[in-house]
This record gives sequence, structure tokens and C-alpha cells, in this order.
Amino acid sequence: MAYPDDRKYTKDHEWIRLSGDLAEVGITDYAQQQLGDVVFMELPEAGSHLTAGESFGTIESVKAVSELFAPVAGEVVEVNDALKNRPETVNGDPHGSWMIKIRVADAGAVAALLDHAQYEGLLG
Amino acid sequence: MTDAADTDIRKTALNARHRALQARMVPFAGWDMPLEYAGITSEHNAVRTSAGLFDVSHMGEIEIAGKDALAAVQRIACSDPAQLQVGQAQYSGLLTPEGTFIDDLIIYRMAPSHFLLVVNAGNAAKDFAWISEQVKAVGAAAAIDSSSRYALIAIQGPASLDVLQPLTGADLAEIKPFWFSFGEVANARAAIARTGYTGEDGYEIFVPPNMADKVWQAILSSGETAGVVPAGLGARDTLRLEAGMRLHGSDIDETTTVLEAGLGWIIGWTNESFIGRDRLLEQKASGVSRKLVGFEMVDRGIARHGHPVMLNGASVGVVTSGTQTPYLGKAIGMAYVPVEHSAPGTTIAIDIRGRAAQARVVKMPFYKRGSR
Repeated sequence: MAYPDDRKYTKDHEWIRLSGDLAEVGITDYAQQQLGDVVFMELPEAGSHLTAGESFGTIESVKAVSELFAPVAGEVVEVNDALKNRPETVNGDPHGSWMIKIRVADAGAVAALLDHAQYEGLLG
Repeated sequence: MTDAADTDIRKTALNARHRALQARMVPFAGWDMPLEYAGITSEHNAVRTSAGLFDVSHMGEIEIAGKDALAAVQRIACSDPAQLQVGQAQYSGLLTPEGTFIDDLIIYRMAPSHFLLVVNAGNAAKDFAWISEQVKAVGAAAAIDSSSRYALIAIQGPASLDVLQPLTGADLAEIKPFWFSFGEVANARAAIARTGYTGEDGYEIFVPPNMADKVWQAILSSGETAGVVPAGLGARDTLRLEAGMRLHGSDIDETTTVLEAGLGWIIGWTNESFIGRDRLLEQKASGVSRKLVGFEMVDRGIARHGHPVMLNGASVGVVTSGTQTPYLGKAIGMAYVPVEHSAPGTTIAIDIRGRAAQARVVKMPFYKRGSR
């Protein structure tokens, strides 16, 4: 699967797509492959404030539990509840499955993350 | 994920086949094993509805033979192997003097004075050392580690008989559950046992390692139209959990007794010489203070191995296995709880990473063949 160039990536295998001062956050195709069949997700409440690198929830496959990390600081303005009810969607469409929308405190912090080529380089 | 730093990781005879099938390989008990091929969920469901093919060659094989072989096996196993006829198998435990599990195993009576013990891969070396020592004390019997002589392939699921029958001259329907027969599969010399670890009908096939790939391919090909798929250790774990089967190292170990684990039915009280018997007799008389139970989550969340069971703010037990089951579609698990909280229907609280989640004690197995 190709990594879209309309967003940034982290070493923890999250992606973030900025639009104005709002950003969608999800996990990468590589992350979902490593997890295997996703069966459960725990996401924060809207209104939560996240710092960069803070755990904002967990994602579980049949076999494993993984933490989700905020790529940058911001306030959670929306949570994808539909995804919570159909967590397996993440396996089929990881780059279309946003988990939270955050109001980003500093757009510069997003710009400083990995672009798709750098992220692909990281995966080797 | 562990790095491949471990250079002496062992490979089964089917290793290249798993790689060709693009399995996700993981280190397990010192072996390089397939965790999943297409995915745990689809493999699990294939076993429930058709059949799955497993490489379980990592399992250890220990054979005990000699004039006093029966006495030796009676000494180390908590079932009563004297009840076994030749061609019959039995689930059993290898116990400490405290009545706790060094390992669990299946005993196959190959001949009147020849037994084959199939033990967990991670315990095989420890088991063999223990067994060798005990056997010496009994008399004219010897134990050998014959693990390298066998590849072990399991076909599990309702389609197993129909898929396997065209490949063998043995009449598979004649092999009753927990019996086995000698014969051939895809022209390989084989012992064919109607045993397994999934809660389904199926067969475990012992073949020489150099024939393993041929047998594997023949079964997959025979099962193609029936939807038989290769299945990995991930599905093996979720299947056994749905079927309420204990996993050594998770649900049972050297700190848990047979009675606490709810496995009293495997004890052969007619066997008067097994190690651990005295302690289990005492515990049977006094009663256990904790018990392994099955539970279903009531609240959202999946309890996992190691999560505490809470009562009034204190930890009173522990989850030993837990997952979201692919077939039943709910979060289930096993936990040790105080015996007064072990009755089916009791509500228990489980600490899932700092959040208290309600669960309900239920009878095991969670899944019984032919039901849902």
C-alpha cells in the first residue's frame, strides 16, 4: 500500500493530516499489518488535551495491545465513534480510518514530522 | 516483536513452507513458528466451519519403554495410564510433589510397555530431565527424547475426516476420539491420532520430518474445495481458549494445582503412585481456596493475561488468558478467583490498565462443537 503524500507520519506509526488548524490522526498500514486483526479500540473523550507523544488510547488486535500516541499537542475535538464500533475497518482502510480530530496548538510541529518518503525510508 | 538475535532458534521441517506461504513468523519457545497466514480471525473461523492445518512439530515427544514402563508413567503422570489400551490416548499432568503443573501432556500407549508423551515445546527439556530422573528410580524402563524423529501436523475442524480420508488407507471414522492408529498418509508412515487443541473434531498426524512437506501439501490440496487453510499459533490460542482448554505457562504452572485449575477430572485416583497425589488428596479434603473460572466481559474491553481481579479495591485474583474471540464475537477469558466468587453468574471486576471493568463468571467451555 502506498503512503499518501497529503499527511505526515511518526516513528510510532501514526499519521496526521492537517487541514486548517484541525488534524485527523490514525495509524499507518504498517502498524495495522503488525497488529493483525483489530478487534477493539479505546479512544479519549472530546475535550481532552494531549501533549505530543502522550498516549491517547489503545488499539487491540486478537493477539496484542498497542498504545496510540499523539503526534503533536492539541485538544481532541472529535472522536470517531463509528470506528470504535467497527474496529476491523482499520485493517482494510488504515489511511482512511481517522481515530480522533485534534485542534493543533502549533502547525509547525506537524510540519516537522516525517513526510511519506521519509516514513517509507524508515520502514526500509 | 523480538529481534532475530537468537541465532540458535529452531526450525520445524515445514519452515520453508511457512515462508513460502508468507506466514508472519515469530519466535515461540525457542522455535521460529507461524503466528498467522491470512489472519487469526479468518483462520479461527475456518477451523470452526471447515478445517485448518497446523504445524505443531515444535511440540516435544518423550518416549518411555521397557518392562516397567507402565509403572514409570504411572509415577510421573496424574492420570491413570493403566486404564489405557494400546492405541488409546489420555490428557494428563506432570506434577510436582505439591500437585502443581510442571507441564500438561497427552500420553499415547503405543504398545503394552511403550508410551509416547507429547509435551509443550517450551517445557520439553525441563520435562525430559525430570522424567529421566523419576524413571531411573522405578526400575527397568528408559526415557528418550524423540522430538527430532517426528513432525506433527494437525488438521482440525468439521471437514477433517473428509479431507484426510482420501489420503490414507486407515479407516478414519473407526478411530474414536482420543484413540490413534498406525498407517500411512500420502504414502508417509504415520501415527494418526484423533486428538487436538481446538475443540473441534480432527486428527494429529505424526510423520517422519522428511515427509512433512509432502503430507502438508497433500492435505492442503485435498482440502482446497472444502476451504481448508493453513492456521498459525495465533488461531491455535484463540481456538483453545474458546474451547476452555488450559495453556501451560498461562493458566496452569508450577504454582497452580490440578484442583485449583478445575482439572480434577484428569486425576486417575486409581493410580496410587503418581507424584503429587498425597497433596491433592489433602487439598481435595480441605477444599481449594481459589479456582480457575471462565468469564465474559460485561463492560467494554478485553481483559488480558496478568490483569488483576479486584474486590473492594484489593487484588484478589488474576486473569490468566483473555481475548476477543473471533467465532463467538465476545471478550472472554480465564482467571483465578477466590472460591466464594467462582460460581457461574457471579460478577467480578477486572482492572484493565487502571480501569475497573465488570465481567461475569460463566461455565466453560465457552464454545462446544456444533453450538454457537
